Amino acid sequence: MLALFTQPIDAARMIAVPKIDWLAIGPPVVLFTAALAIVLLASLLRGRSLQHDLDDWVVLCAFAGPIEFWLGRFSAIRYNHDVFSIIVMLAGIGSVAFAMGVSIVRKHTFAASLVIALAGVISAVAITVAQWNVVRTSGSFTSMAGAVAVDGMAVFVMGVVLVATVFGLLLGTSWIRREQLEGPEFLALLLLCATGMLVMASANDLIVVFVALEVFSIALYVMTAFDRHRIESQEAGLKYFLLGAFSSAIFLYGVALTYGATGSTNLVTIRESLTGLVGGDNGLLMVGFALMLVGLGFKVAAAPFHMWTPDVYQGAPTPVTAFMAGATKVAAFGALLRIFVGSFDLLQTDWRPAVYGLAIVSMIVGSVAAIVQTDVKRMLAYSSIAHAGYVLIGVQVATESNGGLGGTSAALFYLGIYMLMAVGAFAVIQVVGRARETDSSLDDYKGLARKEPVLAGLLTLFLLAQAGVPLTAGFVAKLTVFKAAVDAGQFQIALIGMLSATVAAFVYLRIVLSMYSGDEHGSATPVEGNRLTVDLPVRITISLTAALVLLFGVVPGWLLDVAEHATSILAG
Amino acid sequence: MDALDVLDLIWLVPTLPAIGAVVLLLFGKRIGEPKSGYLATSLMALSFLGSVAAFFALGSLGSEERHHVYNWFTWISSIGKNSDFTVSFGFLADPLSITMILFVTGISTLIHLYAIGYMARDPRFSRFFAYLNLFAASMLVLVLGSSFLMTFMGWEGVGLCSYLLISFWFERNSAAVAGKKAFVTNRVGDFGFMIAMFLIFSKLGSLDYATALPAAPGLSQGTITAIALLLFVGAMGKSAQFPLHIWLPDAMEGPTPVSALIHAATMVTAGVFLVSRAHVFFDLGGSANDVVAWIGAITALGAATIAIRQNDIKRVLAYSTLSQLGYMFLAVGVGSYSAALFHMVTHAFFKALLFLGAGSVIHGMHHEQDMRRMGGLKRAMPITAGTFIIGWLAIAGVPPFAGFWSKDEILAKAWFSDVAGGKALWAIGLVAALLTAFYMSRQVWLVFFGNARYDSEGDHAVNPHESPMTMVLPLVVLSGLSIVGGFLSLPFTSPNLEFLVRWLEPSLEGASHIEASSFGLGFALSVGAIVIGITGIAIGRRVYSGGLAEDGTDPVETRLAGFGKVLENAYYIDAGIAKAVSGPLTGAANFLTDTVDRRLIDGAVNGTGRAFKELGGGLRRVQTGRVRSYALGIMLGAVALLGWFATRVDF
Repeated sequence: MLALFTQPIDAARMIAVPKIDWLAIGPPVVLFTAALAIVLLASLLRGRSLQHDLDDWVVLCAFAGPIEFWLGRFSAIRYNHDVFSIIVMLAGIGSVAFAMGVSIVRKHTFAASLVIALAGVISAVAITVAQWNVVRTSGSFTSMAGAVAVDGMAVFVMGVVLVATVFGLLLGTSWIRREQLEGPEFLALLLLCATGMLVMASANDLIVVFVALEVFSIALYVMTAFDRHRIESQEAGLKYFLLGAFSSAIFLYGVALTYGATGSTNLVTIRESLTGLVGGDNGLLMVGFALMLVGLGFKVAAAPFHMWTPDVYQGAPTPVTAFMAGATKVAAFGALLRIFVGSFDLLQTDWRPAVYGLAIVSMIVGSVAAIVQTDVKRMLAYSSIAHAGYVLIGVQVATESNGGLGGTSAALFYLGIYMLMAVGAFAVIQVVGRARETDSSLDDYKGLARKEPVLAGLLTLFLLAQAGVPLTAGFVAKLTVFKAAVDAGQFQIALIGMLSATVAAFVYLRIVLSMYSGDEHGSATPVEGNRLTVDLPVRITISLTAALVLLFGVVPGWLLDVAEHATSILAG
Repeated sequence: MDALDVLDLIWLVPTLPAIGAVVLLLFGKRIGEPKSGYLATSLMALSFLGSVAAFFALGSLGSEERHHVYNWFTWISSIGKNSDFTVSFGFLADPLSITMILFVTGISTLIHLYAIGYMARDPRFSRFFAYLNLFAASMLVLVLGSSFLMTFMGWEGVGLCSYLLISFWFERNSAAVAGKKAFVTNRVGDFGFMIAMFLIFSKLGSLDYATALPAAPGLSQGTITAIALLLFVGAMGKSAQFPLHIWLPDAMEGPTPVSALIHAATMVTAGVFLVSRAHVFFDLGGSANDVVAWIGAITALGAATIAIRQNDIKRVLAYSTLSQLGYMFLAVGVGSYSAALFHMVTHAFFKALLFLGAGSVIHGMHHEQDMRRMGGLKRAMPITAGTFIIGWLAIAGVPPFAGFWSKDEILAKAWFSDVAGGKALWAIGLVAALLTAFYMSRQVWLVFFGNARYDSEGDHAVNPHESPMTMVLPLVVLSGLSIVGGFLSLPFTSPNLEFLVRWLEPSLEGASHIEASSFGLGFALSVGAIVIGITGIAIGRRVYSGGLAEDGTDPVETRLAGFGKVLENAYYIDAGIAKAVSGPLTGAANFLTDTVDRRLIDGAVNGTGRAFKELGGGLRRVQTGRVRSYALGIMLGAVALLGWFATRVDF
């Protein structure tokens, strides 16, 4: 009888409790939790959305608090919990709690949501730093039954996505406040979107890649159409949704065919199954390659799958455009690298020429078509297509035996730098756009240098960086990509790249020229009320991105080093 | 402190003006008008003193040791695990770079000083000096860089600053356009430089001068020729050689000190410098040298003919710069780098003088630039006239002024070189020299002598006056240099009095020596060059000594008839290139956006929102087929990809 009582206990013991590796899935879990918390909070508080009087100090506490906390935490670990680190940590917690408390007391839903969002994203950044250290010291590992990989590339991509998310939140805050829109929902969507991208970064299974793709895409569609005052925004959202769904379907079909050809969706298993296989005798797999390339090519805005880009970049609210340019590209390229370079490197002779072609078409279309544009957002949309082409150079060279790792790290480095350049440029565009984003044509930039010399100067910096002028990060990025190609003996594509960069420089110059040319109205002193409002969140974004663009231009060593160690892809 | 310690401080030379630029960009408004000019000028002067110190430090070393690299910090650490590609932010001090920084900083200082007067009361006075400082700093990085990449960085910086400075008065549309033209044309040249760089890197594995250049002879002949030609394309852009010369005359739109800086000290000399720095590729380059020499000769002669028919005081000088640069490349092409560099230095002296003199005239004439409305100015502006005349004699090749020695050296080297067609190059150079003497005489007589053709009475009266001290002082100093500059290297006294040649020897190691076959012949050639110069002046005097008739018709115009029109429009090269380049490019862009994106793929570019509102319905717009067409585009792309992958399947 005694055994009867003990039996259930034993049975309970025998139930395999899944061991969850929280470190591996930490960043997306944290973001997702934060998003849920925001939704919950918004429904609980239901206060007035006092977006317009969001205090600067709340933003500052929400931004600096978590950073302080995690810096304190890392220093506490390093210096054995000395008093100073503990104080810094407590101060961080204190400022977050204070901002949160005051916001709740004031029933300021948006402010409270912002505090949660920033705390979540910055904590996620801290977790990726921890992951990075683990990967560097004890190597890559998988989790969730091999569906999630934590390797150098995953962590790098997550890092870039998260930094872009921080900037997205800040820009979004400023924009929400200006346009008087529903704030908390936007922040929750942004976090959900970033969650999808993080999952995508470490997805080690084609199904997970697809699910992640859908998670972030759906959030992006909604965010694109978020501006209910602007019909263009809704049009762009709808367009993006229809075409995105179309391309996702194609991608999924590709996944299905790949599964059919290889018998698995797990990227590591797929690679193992390919060993010893001679390429070219597997038609199913070839079709799968083509279709997956279409789906991912659409997401990274590579030509000829780029048609949506100008419309959507132009129509979407500028903070969304900035986030899209910075984060979507890197997440999708992460998947592209993981699938093709990681899993199918043995079949590189099959897919590489296709990517090579996409790179060339993207660079040419992106830079040439930008010439005749008259809208600055559209110009940068085309330029983002060209930038996708430069990254593709790195991707396709990544499997070359002699320049191999250089290709992956060059592509990742380029993506990181592009995120900074794009976010910075779009941040300025957001400010110049004014309420309802009416001012984004080239003419609206006339005389900007006289009215807003600092803003014009910084936009010039971002544009010059995108053009690849030395001593900006953009130059080093282009150099690494071209160098990777030359290392592998691919002179032609480096040549085309440089030529397209030359053409693109002309485009950026047009914007600069228009800023520094006279105002049509010819008024020397700006009329009061005519001034642009640059609030704290935008200020933080622009100054940080500008500082980093310059810093990585002068001393790119650190980031290059990180990108180089980010080339470990588990499957490879 | 021994010599090497001094040379370790070489980073100060570009850094000082760079600091000036940063300070003036940030606080220029607060520093105010005269002070920011003095700040920029004194930093430039300090940089010059640093260059002088570096010169003596380098000179104190034995000629074999005159090659010192100072690495400031590592700029780009290794990229890619499989290569050890690193680029240091390093500076190379050797006779070539020290020569360059000496005259770059020296002349820049004078031009800075001059600009204080010239730019007085300009609303963006301090901004101007910030750009000037930045310009000089970029040029110093260019010449001091210890690797191709460092040079390239300065190269890009120079291009950017020239753009900012040429379109400094961007209120004038022509200035904005000229700036853009300079930038874009230079990008074409940069493109050549970049490819050359990548070629060098891929073949030699390094971009450091110290590593790459000595390894160059190991390359195949084809590679060396290709690198030489590509580097030359880069040099053509910066040094404005035919057919990439089109930006230089337009660059006149910038304020005159900028013209002086671009034409004399900084930008255009970059090409000659690059070719000299990488001379090993040209020594071994085979047919590349002929290309260089002939492009130089064509530019020298072509620009000289164009200059005859220009009426803008600065445009004449602009074409004369083209022509003189042509001489330098002619010298490079026949293998005499030292002659090219010699001419570069003397040209820097007298061309800076001529430009600043022209600026002084423009300043005194209330921004009149048309020589047909000048005349007889020597009474009103005696110092400007006197110094300008010295510059004129120097460029016309009258001994003992500076230009004679260096131009004579180039012509002699062309004659004595064993390059095929050397005699023909010499003849072209001689004709160009005759034309140079003629058009410069025309300018001098039209501006300073003859009848006064400006309104001295009435509402729009022009009262020519001498310029202020800050502007006149640089003129005097430069005229002094233009007189004695030639003694830097006295020809055919080899080797004793060829100071510059001996000094540059360590940098130009391996370059061939061209010697006169006999002293007598060399002497005869020099006498011939003098005669040619004097003849040109005599013709100019004969035609223009009386000034112009009241209606301003130019006697040469009537004599040249139709061809004069061709020359006036610079052989229509600008218009031709503009048509040939911008046409197809805009066409392609329009095709991509209009036909592909708008018609074929049926996407409107602008005004989507407006059209949308008119249609009124949310979904209707989408149903008009735009999204469907985009989807079609994706489909077509997918089909193309499938097509490729289909070829990979063995059926």
